[in-house]
Amino acid sequence: MIDQVLIPLLKIVIVLNATLVAVTYMVLLERKVIAWAQSRLGPMRVGPYGVLQPIADAIKLMIKEDITPVRADKWVFTAAPIISMVPALIVYAVIPFGPTVSLFGRKVSLYITDINVGLLYIVSVASVGVYGIILAGYSSNSKYPLLASLRASAQLISYEVAVTLTLVSVILMAGSLSMVEIVNAQYNQHVWFVFAQPFAFVLVLIGGLAETNRAPFDLPEAEQELTGGFHTEYSGMRFALFFLAEYANMIVVSSVVTTLFLGGWLPPFPNVGALHLLYYVPSWTWFLIKSFLFLYLFIWIRATLPRYRYDQLMRLGWKVLIPLAILNLVVTGIVKVMLM
Amino acid sequence: MTPFYLFAAIAVGASLLVIAQRNPVYSVLLLIASFGALSGLYVLLDAPFVAVIQIIVYAGAIMVLFLFVVMLLNAPHEETPYDEQVHPLMRPGPMRLGAVLALGLVVELIWALEKGAESGRFAGGAVSNVGAIGRLLFTEYAFAFEVTSILIIVAMVGAVVLARREGAR
Repeated sequence: MIDQVLIPLLKIVIVLNATLVAVTYMVLLERKVIAWAQSRLGPMRVGPYGVLQPIADAIKLMIKEDITPVRADKWVFTAAPIISMVPALIVYAVIPFGPTVSLFGRKVSLYITDINVGLLYIVSVASVGVYGIILAGYSSNSKYPLLASLRASAQLISYEVAVTLTLVSVILMAGSLSMVEIVNAQYNQHVWFVFAQPFAFVLVLIGGLAETNRAPFDLPEAEQELTGGFHTEYSGMRFALFFLAEYANMIVVSSVVTTLFLGGWLPPFPNVGALHLLYYVPSWTWFLIKSFLFLYLFIWIRATLPRYRYDQLMRLGWKVLIPLAILNLVVTGIVKVMLM
Repeated sequence: MTPFYLFAAIAVGASLLVIAQRNPVYSVLLLIASFGALSGLYVLLDAPFVAVIQIIVYAGAIMVLFLFVVMLLNAPHEETPYDEQVHPLMRPGPMRLGAVLALGLVVELIWALEKGAESGRFAGGAVSNVGAIGRLLFTEYAFAFEVTSILIIVAMVGAVVLARREGAR
């Protein structure tokens, strides 16, 4: 009973709450880092160095008036933020934060579940997330959101192909689709896949930026061209849900890249005996540190790079990333067969 | 057993609403819901790979294109009083063909349910192994697999040829 129901439920509650807190603090981190990059201070008023800013933001968003445009498609308009939020959260079901550890004399795995199609599950859930954006644009009954949602869906579909093709070469290396097995494979093969698959790493990182609508691929939210993007007609908490989903997706991409390429919960150089003292640090700490590095990288990129033009974005996706992904897959396959 | 009835009810209910809807966008959304329920049924049948592929291919890719087409063509709500008055089999050309095909489908379904109730049974967990599915695809079903991929490429090339404007470089 405890192992079947109570512990999984507890894990789900912890992961969901941790994610939501992390997401709100990602907003603060982003504002702070961008401010520093631009020689500003960022939020400073609420709490010391503005650390309580997310709470103030949340209260503000919740008590704001929630407007539905008169000509909007009410049902779809209401459903769109939910549709983009739910996939962003249920992905965490298969992300391994750590191995199986013994806690209070009981074996507890530091992931909610480990299914044998874990990576495909993440791809499938991510592919459903695009509906939130499309439907938001459609149901607003307004031209800018519609344009933005068309851009977004074309972008997401294009980059999904490249990312998924690249992931196949990682799967070839690991010989499994399960997230836990992929981390174990990196331990057994004595190498983080970032060194074995550097091209795949870069491709997935670029594709991940595009999939989460982050700069330099944030065309769906190009405020200069689209007066805000697909969420122009949204207000209050529904508007916030889109942003929470975007930040939750950023954390997902960071976690997935960490798991696939940086050995997930493994400490650096996991097979070097002299560094065995690194194992005294809890495994999930390594996972969080590595994921945080990617989150910081995302914000850093946003602060430094200008936005792509739409035709450049499409050319990069179809004419550069996809051929490179296929080439990488072919080379990986050949090397794998030759080593066998 | 309860999850089966839940998913089955969603699948059947959503599918019925797809054809009962007057707004084409709602129809697309309900079809996605129906696919989601189907994928749940696959999970219950110990076939997580099929379930996930169902979501990636149908819900994630094909239905996005459907939604695109419906949104961009701005398909009107179906509201023609003529449809209400005349029996489906008495309507002009394409509609009559559709009605006949639907009738054929119903007959086939009944026939299939009567005949093959116990034919296509797999042992539990038989199709859950992704490696086994891959091996089967590239050995026993290699021909069908390759023919399907050629078909898809032909369709893609055809679409590009048709969509390309003359003289555009």
